[in-house]
Amino acid sequence: MKAHLSRRYLFSASHRLHSDTMSEAENQATYGKCNNPFGHGHNYTLEVTVSGKVDEQTGMVCNLVDLDGFVNREVLEPYDHENLNMLPEFAEQVPTTENLCMRIFEIVQRGFHFAHLERVRLEETMMNSFEYTGAHEPRH
Amino acid sequence: MIYLTRKAEFAASHYYHNPEFTPEENRRIFGKCNNPNGHGHNYTLEVTVKGEVDPRSGFVVDLKQLKEVMHHEVLDAMDHRFLNKEVPEFLYSIPTTENIAIAIWKRLAGKLDHARLHRVRVYETPDLFVDFYGED
Repeated sequence: MKAHLSRRYLFSASHRLHSDTMSEAENQATYGKCNNPFGHGHNYTLEVTVSGKVDEQTGMVCNLVDLDGFVNREVLEPYDHENLNMLPEFAEQVPTTENLCMRIFEIVQRGFHFAHLERVRLEETMMNSFEYTGAHEPRH
Repeated sequence: MIYLTRKAEFAASHYYHNPEFTPEENRRIFGKCNNPNGHGHNYTLEVTVKGEVDPRSGFVVDLKQLKEVMHHEVLDAMDHRFLNKEVPEFLYSIPTTENIAIAIWKRLAGKLDHARLHRVRVYETPDLFVDFYGED
């Protein structure tokens, strides 16, 4: 029987939304306060949803120790308490929460093989969040 | 189609143990959750039903009936219980959050008039939850 399991993680990072393809005025108009040259920070909440058959012997979709270990090693360690703009993946790409969400989806999809990745949801603040389910329409 | 979700909370204890595993395997796979004396959680249950809005009542489901079914089928059975020892489903299966969601789905399925069960979500903690949408 298939179930979906979701786990939430916290990390803090700073970013500045700025595109070299836009003029200063366009950057200001597009990104507003987020274009402040010194950047600003958020406490991000990451929600990872995986799915799979519930293993009859363990009663689990996947072992949380494996999921926690992977997310800690591959997502939280690289991003927690970092300035996202300084990281190679955001050298050419604006570190909006949309792009960060898609990036984290790719990391988990590529490297975590104990269950199927359904969705990555990233809360930038309590008031806004972003979801990415890959290049297909979500079933639910 | 419209979806309605009702929440409820229950507190219960459990532990994870498979008698087919060796003691070492049980400790390695289940970690702290293997403590045979059990440990507890405040679970939050979210039951989502779906259906068409009744043109006369404006309801998708009779909320009173949904509340009563959730109380009778789930809370009366699981609230303030040791799941492994007091809930029949878990005498022979491990009360993981996954299996709890499936058991709750089976307890609720077919018990509601008009509306159909869409999703059972069980939060073990605010940072961990399982969704079950029925068998594929």
